Amino acid sequence: MTKTTPSRREFLCALGGCAAAATAAGCSDLTHTSWFRSAFRELGDDEKKAIVADLEREHAVKYGKPVKVGTEGPLPDVEFGYALDISRCIGCRRCVYSCVDENNQSRDPQLHWIRVLEMDKEKGIDFAHANAYYEAEKVPRDGHFYLPVACQQCRNAPCVRACPVGATWMEKDGIVVIDYDWCIGCRCCMSACPYGARHFNYGEPHVPPEQLNPDTHYLGNRPRTKGVVEKCTFCIQRVRKGRYPACVEVCPVGARKFGNLLDPDSEVRYVLEHKRVYVLKAELNTRPKFFYFYGL
Amino acid sequence: MLAACGHEHGEARYPGVVKAALQSPGEKIEVPPPPFTEGAFPCSDCHDPSLPVNRERRKLEMAHQEIVLQHDEEHRWCLDCHSAENRDKLHLASGELVDFTESYRLCGQCHGDKHRDWRAGVHGRRIGQWNGHKSYLLCVHCHSSHAPKFEPKPPQPAPVRPEALGRGVVR
Amino acid sequence: MATLRRFWQFALASLHIVLRGNVYYWIWIAALLLLIGAGAVAYAHQLQAGLIATNMRDQVSWAFYIGNFTFLVGVAAAAVLLVIPAYVYDWKPIKEVVILGELLAIASIVMCGLFVTVDIGRPERFWHLLPGLGSLNVPQSLLAWDVLVLNGYLVLNLVIVTYMLFSLYRGRHPAKKVFLPLVLFSIPAAIAIHTVTAFLYNGLPARPFWNASILAPRFIASALCSGPAVLLILMQLLRRFTRFDIDDRAIWKVAELMAYTMFLNLFLLGAEVFKDVYSDTEHLVHMRYMFVGLGEHRAIVPYMWFSVFCSIAAFLLFLIPKTRRNPLTLNLGCVLIWIGVYLEKGMGLVIPGMTPDTLGEIYEYFPSNVELWVAAGIFAVGFLLFTLMVKVATPIMLGELHASDVQGIGHADEPAHEPVR
Repeated sequence: MTKTTPSRREFLCALGGCAAAATAAGCSDLTHTSWFRSAFRELGDDEKKAIVADLEREHAVKYGKPVKVGTEGPLPDVEFGYALDISRCIGCRRCVYSCVDENNQSRDPQLHWIRVLEMDKEKGIDFAHANAYYEAEKVPRDGHFYLPVACQQCRNAPCVRACPVGATWMEKDGIVVIDYDWCIGCRCCMSACPYGARHFNYGEPHVPPEQLNPDTHYLGNRPRTKGVVEKCTFCIQRVRKGRYPACVEVCPVGARKFGNLLDPDSEVRYVLEHKRVYVLKAELNTRPKFFYFYGL
Repeated sequence: MLAACGHEHGEARYPGVVKAALQSPGEKIEVPPPPFTEGAFPCSDCHDPSLPVNRERRKLEMAHQEIVLQHDEEHRWCLDCHSAENRDKLHLASGELVDFTESYRLCGQCHGDKHRDWRAGVHGRRIGQWNGHKSYLLCVHCHSSHAPKFEPKPPQPAPVRPEALGRGVVR
Repeated sequence: MATLRRFWQFALASLHIVLRGNVYYWIWIAALLLLIGAGAVAYAHQLQAGLIATNMRDQVSWAFYIGNFTFLVGVAAAAVLLVIPAYVYDWKPIKEVVILGELLAIASIVMCGLFVTVDIGRPERFWHLLPGLGSLNVPQSLLAWDVLVLNGYLVLNLVIVTYMLFSLYRGRHPAKKVFLPLVLFSIPAAIAIHTVTAFLYNGLPARPFWNASILAPRFIASALCSGPAVLLILMQLLRRFTRFDIDDRAIWKVAELMAYTMFLNLFLLGAEVFKDVYSDTEHLVHMRYMFVGLGEHRAIVPYMWFSVFCSIAAFLLFLIPKTRRNPLTLNLGCVLIWIGVYLEKGMGLVIPGMTPDTLGEIYEYFPSNVELWVAAGIFAVGFLLFTLMVKVATPIMLGELHASDVQGIGHADEPAHEPVR
């Protein structure tokens, strides 16, 4: 990737010159505002550092506590994969809310990365009869099974292809990420996603400061703004440090498995080799790295 | 087979990874302490080894009345798993005594497929790091040994419907 | 330098013209400005609150704005129907109105741009789309292609129109070797903008309703109905209120061509309906949402049937020579086909494509008031722009407006005088 950043910034500074003069703010200040921020993929290390410092300062002021914005890159020889045992999931939605807490999703307007679908056993996996809004005193309900859906981290990701500005891409470790400061909010990726995995911030996202998870990643759970798209990143801020995603840890029935597809001894590889595995909408050739399996 | 193959590639690339699949069946697996009812262990505090043992299958009336066996209750009872000779241990079908920390060996006698999946980290929960140190939960951390089937749980709230999102905003 | 000075003169003269008009002109302008103001207020609210002020949600994440955008791309492409007979077949009666088609294309593309702008979440980041500055994702992203072809088409039409009018203003006929290649190039360009826009939907296997290879031809067929309908009405208005002399034969010819394209439009729709209904797969659900509704979800059903009714009625009116030559039924047909295509593209393409969503959820979308006002404002911008451009173009084409040192060239098809130097 060529580094066009400095000249681009200078150009925009020149454009914004009048405004800058009016507000008596120098160009050096302006380049730090998010409008001038370059695409993450084009940033050099020094620029990353400067931007992260700015972000951390902004968030600390807004949320009244220190917030870390990490930029950890992919680990070598790692491609992440996920396996979910649909014969075990009971539809309790613990994963949904632990994801919200871990990844700083907006509480109001509500935004969830995981959608748990209730389906009829006699109809099988059939989205036309799925219900995400089931209310029950206890789950699982008789005659039903549950299918949690989030980003399938496709190898052949239609969302990545659709983005007109290259604000979303697949990292070397297989995680499809979004640069929230580069996304223009056109929602092409949402039209392209066959799994309803991408979510748009229709209003200004709101996370109560005391509930904010301060351990964040630039491409993951750092606080977002309105008008941009977000989605599951396999908890990039955790998994790049060796931890399991939050949903894996919270699942009360142990239905969620995560690991390195390149490691023959990982849990996911065991599932792929020993269980009957299913991927959603295989006919679309998206080649997900999220597998559903029948553990029983 | 998997274990042998994995040892060569996996272990070399991910040093320090504890892998269940690599371990020989006799090797102990790292687990947190078993979830005893408070004050219940060691059992020998009450079950004095010097007293004679009543091996007859019967309804318990002096203690442990709270335990309702729902685990193949037609065929099983306490002493099929708990050792009568050493109350602080469990015993396998072979008569071998095992510690409560190794209770998975006892469960694995009947539930061999689950045991195999569990050792691979696929049945149940494993905590720790996907590329590093992992520890297992015993079967009994999730399943009650006396009534192992999961009870249904109340679900967390359903998502807000799109119609109701942003109520209060002029549209 | 002299050319620049003349161009400045031309610009001033144009400004002078748009500032003069009778009371009806000013009432029309004032009404448009009022609508623009209302749209601007609504948009300001949307900017402040976010797109939550619209009724779009994750389940239906593209809707009314993008539907209007799609419709207007079609209108913009319509100039081609005039260019083909005029220049490819060298048919005189239409030649003089080609410029109106180009002006309509300009106004439509501007509206398209505005509809996309109001639809995106971070419009201030538009520069991410600029080649060089941003990072346009070509050749992968169809929206990136759409940005390129639409802007290219806008520039092309601006160049053609400015060159033509400026030449006439200077008392020269446009030089054929400059002008003809540009006009001919606008034919594939018009087809390209509509094809690329259709591919924007077409290339999404996640949405089976759009993932049909018939989509691009359908887009073009419907564009060739709605675009000329505007022009037919406009041609009659100009004939009535200015000295513009437009041959009846030109109007009839356009109407006849429209009858064919209307048939094609209905035929392609029928082919699509047949495929879905007869195969009766799970993908039929979108078509059912459109024409019969899903349970209590029937919000767009009446609009879709009305659209079909309008399209068929207009087709019959244009098919029968007697009714297409009668001004009353001709204009009725124009209005009907406009409504028919507007409903089909504006509501019938985008919304059913997203309902139910990819996980089977039915969220019944209907545009919010904010969306309706913003859209009205954008249409007002387009109409205003078109009005002003036609106001300037008309006297120039009639030879009433020309550089002070040039004699009028009279009617466009009389030989031009070379400017005296």
